[in-house]
Amino acid sequence: MSVGTPLPHDAAILHVTGAAHYVDDVPVPEGTLSLAFGISSMAHGRITGMELGEVRAAAGTVAVLTASDLPFANDVSPSVHDEPLLADGKVHYLGQPLFLVAADTHLAARKAARLGKIGYEELPAILSIDDALAAGSRFEEGPRVYLKGDVEAALAAAEHVVEGSIEIGAQEHFYLEGHAALALPQDSGDMIVHCSSQHPSEIQHKVADALGVPMHAVQVVVRRMGGGFGGKESQANAVAVACAVAARATGRPCKMRYDRDDDFMITGKRHDFRIDYLAGFDDSGRLAVVDFTQYCRCGWAQDLSLPVADRAMLHADNAYRLPTARITSHRLKTNTQSATAFRGFGGPQGMVGIERVIDHVAHQLGMDPLDVRRINFYAAANKASSGNGTPARNPAEGTPQTTPYHMPVEDFVLHDMVEELEETSDYHARRAAIAEWNSANSVLKKGIALTPVKFGISFTLTHLNQAGALVHVYHDGSIHMNHGGTEMGQGLFQKVAQVAASSFCVPLECVKVTATDTGKVPNTSATAASSGSDINGMAVKAACDQIRERMSAHLAETRQIKPQDVNFRAGRVQAGADEMSFAEAARECYEGRVSLSATGFYQTPRIQWDRIRGKGRPFYYFAYGAAVSEIVLDTLTGENRILRTDILHDAGSSLNPAIDIGQIEGGYVQGAGWLTMEELVWDSNGRLLTHAPSTYKIPACSDRPDVFNVSLWSKGRNAAETIHRSKAVGEPPLMLGISALFALSDAVASCGSAYPALGAPATPERLLNAVNRVRTP
Amino acid sequence: MREIAFLLNGEPVELCDVPVTRTLLDWLREDRGLTGTKEGCNEGDCGACTVMVSDGSGTRTLNSCILFLPQLHGKAVRTVEGVSGPDGSLHPVQQAMVRHHGSQCGFCTPGFVVSMACAHKNGMHDFDVQLAGNLCRCTGYAPIVRAAEDAASEPVPDWIAEDGTLPAAFATASDGGVSGIAPESADELAALYVAHPDAVLVAGATDVGLAVTKALQEPERFLFLGGIQDLNAIDVGPKAVRIGAMATLSEIGDAIADLHPSLGELIRRFGSVQVRNAATIGGNIANGSPVGDLPPALIALGARLHLRRGNDRRDLPLEDFFLDYGVQDRAPGEFVEAVSFPRQTDRLRCYKLSKRFDQDISAVCGCFSIRVRNGRVNEARVAFGGMAAIPTRARHVENALSGQEWSETAIRAARDAWGQDFTPLTDLRASTAYRLDSARNMLTRAFLDDQGTDTNVLEVAP
Ligand SMILES: Cc1cc2nc3c(=O)[nH]c(=O)nc-3n(C[C@H](O)[C@H](O)[C@H](O)COP(=O)(O)OP(=O)(O)OC[C@H]3O[C@@H](n4cnc5c(N)ncnc54)[C@H](O)[C@@H]3O)c2cc1C
Ligand code: FES
Ligand code: FES
Repeated sequence: MSVGTPLPHDAAILHVTGAAHYVDDVPVPEGTLSLAFGISSMAHGRITGMELGEVRAAAGTVAVLTASDLPFANDVSPSVHDEPLLADGKVHYLGQPLFLVAADTHLAARKAARLGKIGYEELPAILSIDDALAAGSRFEEGPRVYLKGDVEAALAAAEHVVEGSIEIGAQEHFYLEGHAALALPQDSGDMIVHCSSQHPSEIQHKVADALGVPMHAVQVVVRRMGGGFGGKESQANAVAVACAVAARATGRPCKMRYDRDDDFMITGKRHDFRIDYLAGFDDSGRLAVVDFTQYCRCGWAQDLSLPVADRAMLHADNAYRLPTARITSHRLKTNTQSATAFRGFGGPQGMVGIERVIDHVAHQLGMDPLDVRRINFYAAANKASSGNGTPARNPAEGTPQTTPYHMPVEDFVLHDMVEELEETSDYHARRAAIAEWNSANSVLKKGIALTPVKFGISFTLTHLNQAGALVHVYHDGSIHMNHGGTEMGQGLFQKVAQVAASSFCVPLECVKVTATDTGKVPNTSATAASSGSDINGMAVKAACDQIRERMSAHLAETRQIKPQDVNFRAGRVQAGADEMSFAEAARECYEGRVSLSATGFYQTPRIQWDRIRGKGRPFYYFAYGAAVSEIVLDTLTGENRILRTDILHDAGSSLNPAIDIGQIEGGYVQGAGWLTMEELVWDSNGRLLTHAPSTYKIPACSDRPDVFNVSLWSKGRNAAETIHRSKAVGEPPLMLGISALFALSDAVASCGSAYPALGAPATPERLLNAVNRVRTP
Repeated sequence: MREIAFLLNGEPVELCDVPVTRTLLDWLREDRGLTGTKEGCNEGDCGACTVMVSDGSGTRTLNSCILFLPQLHGKAVRTVEGVSGPDGSLHPVQQAMVRHHGSQCGFCTPGFVVSMACAHKNGMHDFDVQLAGNLCRCTGYAPIVRAAEDAASEPVPDWIAEDGTLPAAFATASDGGVSGIAPESADELAALYVAHPDAVLVAGATDVGLAVTKALQEPERFLFLGGIQDLNAIDVGPKAVRIGAMATLSEIGDAIADLHPSLGELIRRFGSVQVRNAATIGGNIANGSPVGDLPPALIALGARLHLRRGNDRRDLPLEDFFLDYGVQDRAPGEFVEAVSFPRQTDRLRCYKLSKRFDQDISAVCGCFSIRVRNGRVNEARVAFGGMAAIPTRARHVENALSGQEWSETAIRAARDAWGQDFTPLTDLRASTAYRLDSARNMLTRAFLDDQGTDTNVLEVAP
């Protein structure tokens, strides 16, 4: 069976030979124009004039469009129509697209785009969290609050209390392939759009609105992306819509790709947060109550900020039972890039908040933070009934333990996983060895931390939890498959092909997954929320099952046997006494006039969620993992390095262990990068100063841990009925990187007695400041 | 007629009248339809555009996004499409990348494959160094390094090996080609540059390239120095070391690492392999950058800069060349010919501080040469980058140190001098306070280093 096999990525050979086509590699018709945006140089202001004469006169310019040249919707927002493609009267951030140049070449378009002379009447810019709070600049009428129990009473009754605050920086996606799209006008007035987007259906919808046509007149095709990480969930809209409107205006094919600097300046990033906390606990470190206030900097447009901020609230508990909790979330509107989806979607920030609380509590009690973590874990899943979601019961409460949003935690497996990881990583011996090493070394200090991950799987907007698929079996036995998910490197196509191959028990070579295409599977959700293989795998399986049933029924009927007596095995089909190849079976069914094509559909069961009241079951299940990181820190400069990382991750019954391990290794490094070296810096005018890899540093090769042990949890099996009992693996591993931040905190703590209160990203500068802080009593 | 001739994946290419600032990357993708080579940044920082370039002196990787076509004249270029064999068979590193799941989104992969194939050809196994210039956002690098290690012992395929031996027509690089813009000797450059003092000199183009691809400048005239035969010698003599302006950082690293290991290590962290294969010492000095890495090290070594204009030559202490931000003591038509410094017992300590170890511009680069006699500081040369508008000697610190007992006492004695020497800026890389703090701490590190205390996180094993 192909499911569970560590097969390489479906395009691996195309990748290594350079043959794989990304949008900018697709051969274009002669006469194709290239586009570039002219962008705002002010963070907030009223546009008093746009002089574009030089832009029009520049060599190679063919057309220049402004908001007033757009005949239909000037809107690329994925949510509340607050995001014009081209500024209409006001600018809201430095980098906002103002006008669109179409020129003969990419370079000519870029050059012309810089020649616009824009007059502004400057308005006060709201840049920081504090600016926004002071000005009352926010999305939604006020903060959202989730409440469980009486927080004031629990705080008053607590033996100990800690109070603190942590700043958590933003993160640029830095997908290696920048945003790109190509629009090809058709003779009928229709538009075909190739783009690098996680959400083809939304592109279709936005392009249709911009062209004033029904969705059926727009076909969007996505073969692959050179990385997405959430950055191409909504942010691809502008590029695709720009191509479509320019193609309509000029009658010529139009292609646009952002130069890397434009990509940084224009598109949104991970939300930065400040989280204030007040926690009550007892002598053993057991938390009685936590009161979080999350401040989330959303940027100028709403984009996906509300569900991102919700997910931060939903992960404010991480793996820990908070008997009493209040989570208050402020979604602040600022004159900066509109922050957007990024792997984890707010979850990581919420998790850093509670991990900081645990670390702080442990420091105050002089305990190993791991002991504090463990004592606060949710109760283990009831092993006897782990097959189907019987709630874990806390003997003391006699009821299932619930999250701060009142969802029972039924599948908690971290007790076992952490125990196993402690052993395999030799955590305790190493912790002791580190203490000894630190006392022998005056300048260099080591630190270690084990942090867990519990991540909720499902879109919190319930209706998005659906997927469709289209499967054809041709009469030579080859299988053509299409689904709504997009391939961005996560190996989704291969996993789903494995599901299809397993459904028919044929070798993987029989199955071809083709480019995601709105003409084949309609109304799809973004490939996001780690849901790709869960929901698309199920939809594909549903389609395959139908075809298989039809084949079985036909083969049975012609032989007067029961359909159950038709068996698909190892590329062959056994029908009573007859045995034939899958291709022969397909041929026979075709000749028997059986439909060998089916659509499949899936909707995730059991979820219902009231996001305003903060109550319900937003997630179908949780994914789990844990990581131990060991780092070394130079207390003279703050320079540091990860020495060793051990990870145990629960991918359920993995569909493809090699792909899953790849997601985990990559996710960890990306998460550790976010919390250590990746720093976005804006100046006091709201100009992003780190707008290219020269100034924004993602981890390089030597930044991965020297020793990097990654395992899938061998007992992993999803208690929920997911595709082959696998678990989603796209986002959760990013949060394993949190262990690096707390290992650094551990090393800093060894320098003195005060609590390090280390913020993120823990750059050398922040670390040196923290070292100085703990040394000054 | 300007003709540029080179081999592309083994096939001869001749180009006439291409714009001199056309980058190899744009030409490959837009004119040749070879789209395997990717653009990830267009500024030399991501390696997605990596190609292999061979000439008589060997095969090296370069970033094609900041490589102008005239720089390729007489060389052999190999792109990812030419890493697999003419019959389509995969190179051992390609096979290993598939086997080890080294690609996810695949966009960085062609660049990695080229870097890996080049390291493989050159027998280099220090993969963290060889791959430092290739960014991957998906894999976390582990499977890529596993693939590189796995392929290391396999033989170099014929089609890759043959790039080392250029056909005769290409061996003599510059016959008649790119005339008027690509001098072949220092004399020719001297004459051309006096005649056209407004020309932009292009050495490795790792700075000039960005002026074109990012600042979108369109200078009238360029002079390409890559074909000059007599400006790149590195002469390690008994009295002095003299380095020609066109010596690349890679060449300098190889030649100097034994004499001054700390400088060798600084150079290892300068840019990436691709950048060091292009970047020259002349460019690193002439660009006048306040955060260039070689100037502080060279100043600490007591280097002199040799300048030439026409037939006039002069030399001056390197620190005197830098006058103010963006202003150097260089007349129109004058160029850097060489740098020299005295042979000396190694006392050099270079500390490069940045958010990331590899391929990052220094927030602070501190270089110390402190000579101790009878337990006391006899001579101190301390120079910094990133602390002022230009690379600068810390003269107050030097004075405060000199004559002091080489111990905590000396460090204490210098404590206030730092503020007299420097009032650094706050910028995206670091704040004023951190720059001052860490610069001060670098002196402590130099002292502890001397005492044998471990101070380098890069040397700690797990
Ligand atoms: C990705 C990347 C990473 C980098 N990392 C580092 C780093 O870690 N540390 C660092 O210090 N720098 C770094 N740099 C900057 C740059 O690589 C160096 O400054 C390099 O030494 C410049 O040399 P070049 O030969 O490429 O110069 P070019 O770009 O060719 O020229 C630079 C300037 O010097 C002038 N020039 C060149 N040669 C002469 C000469 N002989 N006489 C007079 N003028 C001349 C040119 O006209 C131009 O103005 C990096 C650059 C990139 C793109
Ligand atoms: S495109 Fe990034 S280094 Fe050339
Ligand atoms: S595989 Fe996606 S960037 Fe490397």
